[in-house]
Amino acid sequence: MAVESGNVTAFIVEASEYPDLVRKYQVSGVPKTMVNEKVEILGARPEEDFVRTAVGASSTS
Amino acid sequence: MPILSPSDAARVRKMLADLPNPVRLVFFTQTLNCETCEPTKQILGELAELSGQVTVEEHNFLLEKDLAEGYGIDRVPSIAVVGEKDHGIRFLGIPSGYEFMSLLDAIQIVSAGDSGLQDSSRAMLAGLESPLVLQVFVTPT
Repeated sequence: MAVESGNVTAFIVEASEYPDLVRKYQVSGVPKTMVNEKVEILGARPEEDFVRTAVGASSTS
Repeated sequence: MPILSPSDAARVRKMLADLPNPVRLVFFTQTLNCETCEPTKQILGELAELSGQVTVEEHNFLLEKDLAEGYGIDRVPSIAVVGEKDHGIRFLGIPSGYEFMSLLDAIQIVSAGDSGLQDSSRAMLAGLESPLVLQVFVTPT
């Protein structure tokens, strides 16, 4: 997604190393994706669903 | 003692054999208070040995704060995967286990400059007009 749009930045975060981020975003299972620190996407989702949710979240935040 | 076993190294070498363009792993590290920085440095070093297209560019996080900030990086160890362009792909924490595979994927995607996404996804992303920051939480196992 980051390759497709200059507006996208993607951080892959090793959860066990950063308990502060895990607490902040209430990560209780992986994978979990935070979109603009607000919207969460839980688990591995089909590509289209994931992209639509993420892009949709950006327009409302 | 290498982290990658000879068979893993052979597999990685094969995966990275056809990279069309160079990829820089811009690596931010520090010597104190960072348990995983040294092993991360070792993994990246071993990885770069396996492909002529992959280089590691090491920076001291504490001494090069401005550079780190430019990459949007605020903790260590961290890696920006940069090709001809910086697409904004970052890894925070040691890339071991599952995350190592993700790093290899990222290197391939950045080198090719092709996301491999479906046309419908590309279309949605092409219409994106505001910043989108994804934080994907993963664990090594």
